[in-house]
Amino acid sequence: MLARAAESASATWARPVTFDFDRVDVCDLSRHYGRRRALSRITLTCPAGEILGLLGPNGAGKSTLLAILATLLAPSSGEVRYGTRTAAEAGPALRARLGLLAHDLHLYPELTARENLRFFARLHGLPGVDARVGAGLENAALTDRADEAVSGFSRGMRQRLALERALLHEPRLLLLDEPFTGLDDQSALALVARLRGLSARGAIVVVATHDLDVAEGVLDRVAVLRDGRLIAVDDAREGLRKRYRTQVAAASRT
Amino acid sequence: MFLRVAWLIVQKDLTVEVRSRELIYTTAFFAVSCVLVFAFALVREGRPLEDAAAGILWIAIAFAGTLALGRTFERERHTETLRALLLAPASRPAIYVGKLAGILLLMAAVEAVLVPLVALFFDAPVLARPMYLLALLVSGTVGFAAVGTLFAAMLVRARSRDVLLPVLLYPITIPVIIAGVRGTAALFQPEPDVEMARMWIAILGFFDVVFVTLSLWTFEPLMTE
Repeated sequence: MLARAAESASATWARPVTFDFDRVDVCDLSRHYGRRRALSRITLTCPAGEILGLLGPNGAGKSTLLAILATLLAPSSGEVRYGTRTAAEAGPALRARLGLLAHDLHLYPELTARENLRFFARLHGLPGVDARVGAGLENAALTDRADEAVSGFSRGMRQRLALERALLHEPRLLLLDEPFTGLDDQSALALVARLRGLSARGAIVVVATHDLDVAEGVLDRVAVLRDGRLIAVDDAREGLRKRYRTQVAAASRT
Repeated sequence: MFLRVAWLIVQKDLTVEVRSRELIYTTAFFAVSCVLVFAFALVREGRPLEDAAAGILWIAIAFAGTLALGRTFERERHTETLRALLLAPASRPAIYVGKLAGILLLMAAVEAVLVPLVALFFDAPVLARPMYLLALLVSGTVGFAAVGTLFAAMLVRARSRDVLLPVLLYPITIPVIIAGVRGTAALFQPEPDVEMARMWIAILGFFDVVFVTLSLWTFEPLMTE
């Protein structure tokens, strides 16, 4: 019985990662925590090659939506389709195509920068681990501090390293929660260029932020959330700030 | 592939522990304190209470194990790295096995300190049947840690996790602890009762298979919030 359970689990892991998708559809999605409504009937599409922003004040439901897109949270109702499949249908193969940079950076403070990247690269079963880790450290501008424990890094350095951890396996869907937190101007510009490059190569990038400067400078389209409801989907051209305030104010009155 | 992922997690946990030494110091100190306090209470004029040694040994293992389980997952919760593990395309049961193996190694290190201490203070004949005692310790620890790892992972987001872990864990692992105590007591008699010890080892083996199998099957659904 024990051997069969382990074998079944092993078979799941060994499944070849062939799953890919060119769009993510959020369909009538709701999520409740007990009686509290975190998301209510969200419907949204994110096509490949687009940087979509989730805008909204604190508590609007941005992080909950990111966690559901990352398959870490199950929706209370509705579904997310990655191409033609749901998370349950795609299984671990879907997780091989997802990258998440959360507010908590998912790094082990006792390990060095190199050890952190190496661990996650090996956990993903990636080929050419050393080359990927070296490139990641270079992109994060941490080559000279690669063998220092992450606990001694500043927030910006950890943020850059965490981004490289999320990108190690070249995800199709990249989910970023407030990615500019703690970054200096130079690092922020480098991140913008990186995101542009990823979307040009066909990645789907979803950025949750409450920073309108980020929204106007980086995003192609924004979805505005308030109190768990999607109140507007808009392109991120100039004048977004004024429109966003009008939309949030209008939603507050209803 | 399954074992490779589990091994990766064990290696990572060991590296983190070697650098911080937080868990080994706290659990070993706690377990040793437990034995010392009971030694003062239960040893009179150099003569311990009959069968006390087996009970004290398993109480110390259970308490130190609970502490280790809570702290191991607290570490993953603090940095939210458990989510990163769950996000990897690895089998989630492999993640469970890796965490379980790490806790087993830690508990083995604590037991390596506890057993000589119990022998010293309670005059327990730990070397009378060493292989049987080892079998009891291994099978009892696996059963306890198998359920404990599942519950500790499941409760990692619960606000009252420190209270809930022992409340959920002890009622379910009581049969394991009783089997461990009875089997060890049979070995610590002046004339070790090997037949009785064998029976308890077999019972513990049965618990291990049931607990590990159920944990492997339920880990994935329980970890999806």
